[in-house]
Amino acid sequence: MSTTESHNEAEIVIDPNAVSMTINGKSVTARKGEWIIAAADRTEDFIPRFCYHPRMESVGMCRQCLVEVEGPRGPMMVVSCMTPVAEGQVVRTDTDTVKRAQEGMIELLLANHPLDCPVCDKGGECPLQDQAFSHGPGESRYVEEKRHYEKPIPISGLVFLDRERCILCDRCTRFADEVAGDPLITFTHRGNNTQVLTFPDEPFASYFSGNTVQICPVGALTAEPYRFKARPWDLQQQESTCTTCSVGCRTVVQSSRDEILRYQGVDSDPVNWGWLCDRGRFNFQSTNSPNRLSTPLIKTESGLVATSWTVALDETARVLRHAQPGSIAILGGARGTNEDAWAWAQLADALGVDMRDAQLDDGLPAEIFGYPNATIDDACSATTVILLAPDLKEELPVLYLRLRGAAEKKKIRIIEITTHDSGLTRYAWKSLQCEPGHQAETVQQMLSTPEMQEQLGRGSVVVVAGRSNLAEAAHHTMAVVDTIATTVSQVSVLPVLRRANVRGALSLGLAPRDSTDAATILEASANGKVDCLILLGADPLSDVPDADLARRGIAGARHIIAIDTFLNNSSAHADIVLPAAAYGEKDGTTTNLEGRVTNVAQSITPHATSRPDWMIAVELAALLNHDLGILTLQDIQTRITQTVGGFDGLSVSVAVRKNGVLVSVPPISPLQVHHDAAVKRNAYEFRLVVARKLYDQAIGTAMSQSLAALAPGAGVFVNPHDLERVGAKDGSSVRVSNTTRSVILPVHASMTVARGTAFVPFNQKGVDIRELLQTSNGVTDVQIANIS
Amino acid sequence: MSRLTDAHVALAKEIIGRYPRPKSALVPLLHLAQEQDGYITRDAMVHIGELVGVTSAEVYGTATFYEMFKFEPVGKYVVNICGTMSCALMGSEELMHHAEQRLGIKAGGTTPDGMFTLEHAECQAACTEAPCLQVNYRYRYRLTPADLDELIDDLSADRLTHEIPPHGTVAKVRQHIASHRGVGALAPELVTESPAWLNGKAAL
Repeated sequence: MSTTESHNEAEIVIDPNAVSMTINGKSVTARKGEWIIAAADRTEDFIPRFCYHPRMESVGMCRQCLVEVEGPRGPMMVVSCMTPVAEGQVVRTDTDTVKRAQEGMIELLLANHPLDCPVCDKGGECPLQDQAFSHGPGESRYVEEKRHYEKPIPISGLVFLDRERCILCDRCTRFADEVAGDPLITFTHRGNNTQVLTFPDEPFASYFSGNTVQICPVGALTAEPYRFKARPWDLQQQESTCTTCSVGCRTVVQSSRDEILRYQGVDSDPVNWGWLCDRGRFNFQSTNSPNRLSTPLIKTESGLVATSWTVALDETARVLRHAQPGSIAILGGARGTNEDAWAWAQLADALGVDMRDAQLDDGLPAEIFGYPNATIDDACSATTVILLAPDLKEELPVLYLRLRGAAEKKKIRIIEITTHDSGLTRYAWKSLQCEPGHQAETVQQMLSTPEMQEQLGRGSVVVVAGRSNLAEAAHHTMAVVDTIATTVSQVSVLPVLRRANVRGALSLGLAPRDSTDAATILEASANGKVDCLILLGADPLSDVPDADLARRGIAGARHIIAIDTFLNNSSAHADIVLPAAAYGEKDGTTTNLEGRVTNVAQSITPHATSRPDWMIAVELAALLNHDLGILTLQDIQTRITQTVGGFDGLSVSVAVRKNGVLVSVPPISPLQVHHDAAVKRNAYEFRLVVARKLYDQAIGTAMSQSLAALAPGAGVFVNPHDLERVGAKDGSSVRVSNTTRSVILPVHASMTVARGTAFVPFNQKGVDIRELLQTSNGVTDVQIANIS
Repeated sequence: MSRLTDAHVALAKEIIGRYPRPKSALVPLLHLAQEQDGYITRDAMVHIGELVGVTSAEVYGTATFYEMFKFEPVGKYVVNICGTMSCALMGSEELMHHAEQRLGIKAGGTTPDGMFTLEHAECQAACTEAPCLQVNYRYRYRLTPADLDELIDDLSADRLTHEIPPHGTVAKVRQHIASHRGVGALAPELVTESPAWLNGKAAL
């Protein structure tokens, strides 16, 4: 007995940061610097609160979390969200004094809070309502008229504000300032009439505004897409992963009567910390869109007409059967699940398809995964982060939040190499502006300065690498990533390819073979070498930067089979269109940009006759006499874990867990990086930068009525000095031309654009800038002429 | 109306230079804007936000805290009649009533000619001189309705401009603070030594 005890004692590790305290007589171990409320949250004793949020700084605004702490002069009342734990601290949350204080606070908050719970969207999931029941006095002594404001007022196209309900907890305003970096809502008229407002007539135009609705502890903030759609107790919910971009934020998908009504962010520590961007949060509307494909379509003399699955699949099988060997190509797959990608890769293998690419020539080559991989957490705790990426605020918003937060807290130093100011420029330690095509020079210079060398030598370096400019060939970025990876020690790479499951699709068999990427495939197709082009949730006509190549490729394909949720520009040219189940309509797993596999859950039945991509692949295989040996999703998951390197040991039960599981990608063949010299300018004055904005004509945004109007529209942005030089006025029309073509665009002055470059957002309504892209030249130079 | 004039921008920059952080200059710059236009215009708030590096919403949030910043045009002369205890006992209600009748407006209103805005005010800390009022924050003591009439006559005829400048004017005499006398550009977290005048008596 005594031997065992001494053995146990030897195993006790003393944590220098551990603090022993008691809460209501029970001993609790806390971490030094932690707030009492955070320590109490790990016990069964709940401390009521409104303003405290574990992912934001404490402000002690609502005073609801008062507790008693033993002090030298007896117990004293403190706010537990702003009082740090201490060794030997004695905390009581259940004394009569504490109860009186809590009841008093509730009574005070309810003095002016309207009792309109029956018609309030928050009713049923409202912290004020719940805590008024659990910690309130039950009655109010307040009989006077309550404060009145106009209700509700829209503070943006997405968010409504009801100031009567607001309890001034500072959560939304703190979020906007501290987390999102968009302090566009703030307390105004401080005093008896304190209220949250935007600047007069200026909307709360934050990409993260939906989070304020989620964290509002009352019904003061409501989101337009969910207002009056359901009561919380009628909602069914499934924990899932957002597949709008490749960050892979954890969400809970809430539905009622077989319709998705809302996404809420779930706090996943390595990924999204509970936050979502507005595009991810509100694009569920596209799932419910009446424009969804309902039945398979088949091309006839009078265009695409509805047909049955039997006819469509038979016809597809016939096309595939009669295709010449080596003349089938698959583009896409990054929009689906891991299981979808794997099943299609299996079908491709069975049919001997060598032409496949999950990207559309708008990302980086799959070799980017060949470098030592960094996770989001690695990037947020690195000594130095080098950004060679598109504007993360526009493309991967929640990754932007994480990096911004880390830079603000001085945890990381960001060195940004960019063609124009990005969302992170303000937070960068150094922002090196370079002309497109000159990254190599800029990086060489950077690596040669003593200051940078010192910084890069101080610890780990994470390169965040993505396609920052669609008007420039991808090899410019790859070359500098390679330079940094080979010269700097302790370096790892976080690839930021933007499509949701691009990493999964590339890892599970839809990566190009022998450098036969999407551009090569489309060129082959243009040359009549593709009998059957399969578009797996891909729209080359909208997404491939070289519009001309895409057009020739689509026109040159003998047959096109499209599997998609909507009829898009490309699938409109298909011979057969098969309706696919959308996000929220199928189970499976997805892989985020860092290689984290998490589950996506089915919440509603697939729209009309649509079905998951993997099912279509399996059925086609059966029709073509290739037995893939798959009957269920579980079969695929078993086979993936058994056969795909890196995915072994992964089980779905693990992926269902909130934080998923990281997979290591099978080694990819060594890099063949071209180190081209910087591209000299031709006589054209402006070098073009084309990049995506958060809201564009992407189908998920365009088909979500709340988001569609947020797309800024086409335009060209130049430095104010350049605008003066061109002689145009802000907002007037200019002709932008390359050596062969020209387009007419409204011009805007922007300080964020460097002189000598022109920024044009990609895929916006109006003019298609892709007409001017000449990526075969490496970069695109244009002229801008005033025509007004 | 308008953004800050070039001359005011130059002054604004000088004021910003007096503080370790630009946004500390927010309130002085709001005064400058109010002096320029008589009230704080929307454009001025946008401009000030640009000058000190905060959003317009943050400027608005700060500005609206202060009762003396106006966001709508007010008269050239803002008359604040105190209505707190001493003044109330000494006849401020009659004074207000008289002023309303004389100017033809209710408290809170502005005369159509843009000369006067009448406001009810809380204690102006001149209780021994009750009833009192302020015109553009310049005191007038122990007023009778007749005194008020005379005051309004004088103001209407611009006979008191030497004493009472138009609303918004911060001071007739501008102070110039030489840069070496400003707080300096050192942010608080960078200060490692206690100030010289403390003579080493207190550590930071």
